[in-house]
Parts: sequence; structure tokens; C-alpha cells
Amino acid sequence: MRYHISMSALAVLFLFPLAWSGWSSVRGQPGSGQAGGYGFGNYTQMAAFGEGLPTYLTNSLLVSAMTVAGTLVVAALGGYAFARFSFPGKNLLFLAALAILMVPYATILIPLYVLLGYIGLQNSLVGLSLVFVMFQLPFALYMMRNSFEAIPRELEEAALVDGCGTFRAFSRILLPAVRPGLITVGLFAFLASWNDFFAPLILLNDGANFPLPVAVVSMTQRTFGAIDYGMLQAGVMVMAIPCLVLFLVLQRHYVRGFMSGALRG
Amino acid sequence: MTGIAPARPVRDPQAVAGRAGHTARRSRQLAGMLYAAPTALIVVVLFVVPLVLVVWMSLNRWPVLGAPTFNAPANYAKVSQDPLFLDSVLFTLKYTAIITVLLSLLALGLALAVQERRPGVAFYRAAFFLPGAVGFAAAALLFYGLLNNDFGPFGFLGVNWIGTPNMALTSTIMLVLWRFAGFNMLILLTGLQAIPVEVYEAARSDGATRMQIFTKITLPLLRPTIALMLILSITGSLLAFDQFFIFTNGGPDNSTVSMVMVIYRNAFFRFDLGGAAALSVVLLVALVALNALQMRVLRGGRA
Repeated sequence: MRYHISMSALAVLFLFPLAWSGWSSVRGQPGSGQAGGYGFGNYTQMAAFGEGLPTYLTNSLLVSAMTVAGTLVVAALGGYAFARFSFPGKNLLFLAALAILMVPYATILIPLYVLLGYIGLQNSLVGLSLVFVMFQLPFALYMMRNSFEAIPRELEEAALVDGCGTFRAFSRILLPAVRPGLITVGLFAFLASWNDFFAPLILLNDGANFPLPVAVVSMTQRTFGAIDYGMLQAGVMVMAIPCLVLFLVLQRHYVRGFMSGALRG
Repeated sequence: MTGIAPARPVRDPQAVAGRAGHTARRSRQLAGMLYAAPTALIVVVLFVVPLVLVVWMSLNRWPVLGAPTFNAPANYAKVSQDPLFLDSVLFTLKYTAIITVLLSLLALGLALAVQERRPGVAFYRAAFFLPGAVGFAAAALLFYGLLNNDFGPFGFLGVNWIGTPNMALTSTIMLVLWRFAGFNMLILLTGLQAIPVEVYEAARSDGATRMQIFTKITLPLLRPTIALMLILSITGSLLAFDQFFIFTNGGPDNSTVSMVMVIYRNAFFRFDLGGAAALSVVLLVALVALNALQMRVLRGGRA
């Protein structure tokens, strides 16, 4: 019983800030979007902030969708190649991809900013998504290679003997079999791209292109007028709720990412 | 690279002896290269090229607009004379030391408390982890409101949460502990659950006390996992940016400026990309060396 009392107290401590933020986002405050009582005034206020919530939300969704799709395609094809084929340079390429983990994120964003300028992707959501795909690659590739290796070879060999090309065997037979791995990789890619603040801060310079985190942080950095804290917590909720829901629904797949040892760089 | 097994040799189903087998193998090699081509493209263009570029940039005067001019080693000379950077190194090291100790102890405590399957444990685990599902930027903004004395619930305490250097650091540490304790707990749990139950049973039947079981069995067998957690925590803390940029904004009086913040300021406030690149190279070399060292310790723990 003492165990449950102290653990519950701890759980409340961890959950309190989230609950407080949700409550503050709908609570009335004189001089804010929600002048009194409870309601979604702070949210409507936030919807009109800067370029408008629809713009920021669309940017965030676009970047996340492109990152998830890109990571899945590159890591599924690559994982298949590393699990089932041998070709010159294979081990070198795999090690180079894993080395991305060794190099601190923040230190190559400055050259990436310059490089994306060279290839016409500066201040572009596509460029930002490509950078996210690169940062996801070590984890995703490692996860997918292990997923493909766990499939019995006989399954694929039967298809190949029946005259399927390797791509038919891949798309019809192997891909459905590695679905759990794909879900884990996709989930990690979504959470990373949806939440990241530093990469868009550096790679984007046009307010109309900002994803949610950069846009909401800019609410705290207004040069005139007081900071609207209620609106700020509404912004926090808009960012956090999709992640909380996804985590609660896909908890199993999330934990698999930890179990895989892929974090072990 | 510990923990990553080298790729198993592939048993090629079409590798039959003879010329037909040879061409079949060639075409299979080609297919493999084709599947790996997107990976290669991303790794080369977005990782290898920037690595080379950052070194080249650090050897040039590189304004945001206009042509770069070679000026080595001026950018590196500046690094050693930049008082803000030197202060930020000390501050970041101090922050890293404090966070790593507190976070590890908290995560270990939580992991031990929820390692056994019993009623309620699934809820506790989810509760401890839930802050980790929220993005770090969102978490920093949450605390920005939570610890504001006019808006947040703790105004009655009369504490100036981000007004003095010590309190700003303390508040940031609370934010980071809240956000990352569950994450580290989950890492440790995977290690705890890999310890066979039989080991514990054998120890118990030999009359070992709980303390003995913890120090003689749990801790040694958990060593590789603890090492992993330390690596992630140390590297993450040395690269701290979001918490200090969003939550304390480097203040008060530049007392909470981290190394990565100096890189950012050099690049986008002083428009000195060459100087920012030189700082990046210094940080990169230091961290890769540190990682390599930690890997060796980790590997030693496994042997």
C-alpha cells in the first residue's frame, strides 16, 4: 500500500504540468483571448497569431508527412539491401549511415544551411524534411535491416523460384511481414520531425514557412506588448496532443524501438 | 558501434556454380546496389558533404551574403579569444555534470520501482514517460508559463524562477528532469528485463539480502545499459540548446548560454558562418573523441 501511495504521488508530480497546461489553455484571464470563465478563446486568439495557425499547422503536417514517407521508403529499401544482398561497399555504407549518430546534430546544421542554399532548397520544407530523413536514417536503417533479417529466407526464396523479381518479392511478401518495424520507424520519424525546433530555426527564415514549434516560440519573443501566456499554453497543447495520443495508441511500437538496441549507436 | 552486429554473410539463393550463376550473381549485386542507392544518396549528399563543408567553412571568412575568402586559421584563433564561448564551455560542462548525475539517479530509482509486473505498474510507467512524448520545445514553453509567477500556480512561493543565474539553472534542471526521466527509465527497464529471473532466484535461495542482490547482481549486469544511458545523457547535455534558448533565453546576464547557443549567435546574429563553423568543428571533434572513449568503456563493460 505504501508503494502505491508514493508511486501515485510521483505519478501526479509527473502528470501535473501537463494537466496544468491543458487547464490554463482553456481558463479565463482578464485581457486575454478568454476574458473569463472557461472556453476556447485562447485557441481562437492563437489561430490568428502571426501567419495564422492554419499555415503553421499545414507546414508542420507537410514536414512530418514528407519526413515519415521519406524515412520509410529509404529505410525499407536500404534495410532490404543490407539484410539480403551483398554488393561492393556494403559494409562501408552501413557504417557511414550509423556514423550519423556519432556526429552531433547541431554541428552540421550550419554547413547544411549553406549546402541547401547551393541546391536551391534553402528556406524550403522539402529541404528541412530531407535533413530530418538523414537524422532518422541510422535508427531507421538499423531497425529495418533487423526486421528483414528476422524473416525466414524460405518465404522469399519460394517467391523467387516462382519467377517473382526481387522487387515483387519485396513489395508483395516482405514488406507486409515487416509492418511492425515500419510502424516503429514511422512513429519515431513523426515525433522527431513534428517536435524539432533547432533544425527549422536554422534552415528556414521565412515566417510563412515556420512549423509549429518555431511559430509558438516566437510568441514569447515579441518585442512589444505583454506575452499572452494563455495563448502560449494553447500552442503547447496543439503541439503536444497529437504526440500524447500517438504515444498512448502506439505505446507497444514505441517501446519496441527501445528494445531493438538501435539506440545503441 | 558496440551492440551492432556486422551484417551476416548472405546466402545467395541464385549463386549457382558456372557462368549462368556468375551473371545471376552480378545482377543480384546490381539489384542490391539499386535498393541501397537512396541510402547512399542521403548519406553522401546530406552527411558526408556537410562534414567536409564544415571544415572548409571554418578555414574561410564566410559571410551570410557574399563570397567567402580563405583566412585560416583566423576563425580558430577567434575561438580561443571569445570570452562568451569560453564561459559557455564552463557553463555547459557544469550543466552536463549536474544533469547526468541527477537524471541517472532519478531514472534508476524509477526503473527499479516499476520493474516488477504488478497491478498499477503499467499506469505508473506511462505516467513517468508521458512528458517524454511531448516535444522538448513544447515542454520548455510549458515550463515558461508554469514557472511564471503571475500566470503559473507557484507564484505564492515568491521564488524568482528564472531571475537569478542559480535559479535559472535550477529551473532548467527541473524541466529537463521532468521531460527526460521517463525516457531514461525506459532505457534502464530494457536492461533490467534482460536479466534472467533465475539469477535472482538463485541469489535469493543462497540467502542474499536485497541490498546484496542490488549491488552484486543488478548493478554489474546493468552496467552496459547504464553506460548507454550516460552516453546519451552526456552527449545530449553538451549539445543543449532548446532549453536555454526557449526557457531562459541565455539569461540572466548570459549566465545560461550553452555552447550550441554561441554557435547559433555567431552564425545568425553576427552573420559569421566561418566562426560558427570553427566552433562546430571544435565541438564535433571533442564529442566524437568523447563518444569513442565512452564506447571503449562500454565495450569493456561487456567483455
